[in-house]
Amino acid sequence: MSDARTPLSRFWAEFKENKIALVALVVVVVMILLALFASIISPQNPYDLAKLSLMDSRRPPGFVGSGGYTHLMGTDPQGRDLLSAIFYGLRISIQIGLAAGFVSLTIGTALGITAAYVGGRVEALIMRLVDLQLSFPAILLALVIVALLGQGKAQLISALVAAQYAYFARTAYGAAKAERGKDYIEAALATPLSGSLVVIRHILPNCMPPLIVVATVQIANSISLEATLSFLGLGLPVTEPSLGMLISNGFPYMMSGRYWISVYPGVALIILIVAINVVGDQVRDQFNPRLRK
Amino acid sequence: MIEPVLSVKNLTTHFFTRAGIVKAVDGVSFDLAKGEIMGLVGESGSGKTVTGFSLLGLVDAPGRIVEGSVKLNGTELTTLSDTELRSRRGREISMIFQDPISTLNPMLTIGQQMKLAIDAHEPLSARAAETRASELLTQVGIPSAKARLRAYPHEFSGGMRQRVAIAIALLHRPALIVADEPTTALDVSIQAQILFQMRDLAHETGTAMIWISHDLAVVSSLASKLAVMYAGRIVEQGKTATLLRDPRHPYTAGLIASLPATAKPGTPLTQIPGTTPSLLSLPPGCPFAQRCDRATDRCETEPEMTLRDSRGWRCFHPVGQPAEASV
Repeated sequence: MSDARTPLSRFWAEFKENKIALVALVVVVVMILLALFASIISPQNPYDLAKLSLMDSRRPPGFVGSGGYTHLMGTDPQGRDLLSAIFYGLRISIQIGLAAGFVSLTIGTALGITAAYVGGRVEALIMRLVDLQLSFPAILLALVIVALLGQGKAQLISALVAAQYAYFARTAYGAAKAERGKDYIEAALATPLSGSLVVIRHILPNCMPPLIVVATVQIANSISLEATLSFLGLGLPVTEPSLGMLISNGFPYMMSGRYWISVYPGVALIILIVAINVVGDQVRDQFNPRLRK
Repeated sequence: MIEPVLSVKNLTTHFFTRAGIVKAVDGVSFDLAKGEIMGLVGESGSGKTVTGFSLLGLVDAPGRIVEGSVKLNGTELTTLSDTELRSRRGREISMIFQDPISTLNPMLTIGQQMKLAIDAHEPLSARAAETRASELLTQVGIPSAKARLRAYPHEFSGGMRQRVAIAIALLHRPALIVADEPTTALDVSIQAQILFQMRDLAHETGTAMIWISHDLAVVSSLASKLAVMYAGRIVEQGKTATLLRDPRHPYTAGLIASLPATAKPGTPLTQIPGTTPSLLSLPPGCPFAQRCDRATDRCETEPEMTLRDSRGWRCFHPVGQPAEASV
């Protein structure tokens, strides 16, 4: 029987059934909101060096600092309020994760579909390049690129894109190749319809479900890769710490009992990545008819 | 005599594979008049699908039409450029595929897909396209067509999807439709409905049709004439009724005898011994000789098509005829 509801509302109804995924989605949304409104809700602007006081550095959670307010999560070695730094750090992580995710999605999809559609030498060239690149560890590639391009958001995003577009290219290629062989594509190509119209109306929409799944996973990966690079000191400038850099900043003090500098940003990072992955898993299950109940 | 819509002469399509040349279609000739339905029957690998694809110029490498002519309304199709062929496909000559699942894009509504198929040849306004599309859906027997235009393929059953495919094939009122086993994947009851509707549609619209099938029973209820293919050749052709009542070629006779409907209940079904020979290494002479109980030494040379009373057969020892009359 036909279902009167739209595909989207059906998708949502099915999503709601998984309570864990629903909680994860709420967590992701809350974290995005915290990042969006970081400048309003944080007690302090952690990137304004003039507001920081070294007198407040490395204070435990609950300490009332020179600003006259309680540092709920303590402060870092530069005297930043850790809670504010985490909100701002979340903002950087989510920004970079999304930007890198979408740019790699676009580039990878374009390459993968081109390879599958054009075929022949173009296909061989693109896909062998992608294979070659997948044989490198992503972190190594990103390290080299950041080292070459220098620090900054744009450079960091390019490094993440370079490390990740290949996954999208592979996925798009596989999906497009399978679709390319179907009768309706053959039929559309046998008529005067232009090739680009066939790609946009027929091939691309049918490649989207697997790409959306890869995109959610890759956004989480971008965030953790960014944190890794920052932890290694190759991310953003020290004056604007992201979550990875906060962890790194607190690392030397871990053994001296000042656990909070590393642990709280780490917990925030873990919660964000796990929540995105749980949402991604549920989306994947719903797109895969074999896992459907 | 009326000028035929489609005239195929000595159509020969070979596949040049690494293992050798596969003569998938080897000298096929037939004519088709306006609104006429011809059944093209044969077992798997007999070349019936390749014949259909050759008519539309859709044979992919390593295959190629090596000789012969396909004339549609007087225009020779085999020598046309790719662009000219594309502008004719879907407009003058359409195809219906076997599998109703993969013939429609699952991500677009039926209306959107029909609009694309219309736009491929003559861009119409959204409203005009919708009217045309819903008219055709109604014609192929889809109720409340206007509303169904907004439905997605997964909301249709297999039979309904195949009707949509038929409607899309009919969008531009083509002179010829090649239907490649379009009802094979469907229920018998749905099959019958679609067959009768197709027969009426061919009458109403004057579209000639080639119905490719391995099922003699299905085709015989629909087609006014039949061509039986074996190993890339048409071994017998003629009016459906004549052919069924009085087959000449032993292969046709074998096919009719093996129809389950002709068997007495409780008795084993008749079958034709052996299997289709490999098209890679066809023995010289009649390709059916090895499976034929009427074969003699003479069958080591290949029989020509014997034409008589608007029917034809390729056999030296036709069924129901004294041997000397066949020369």
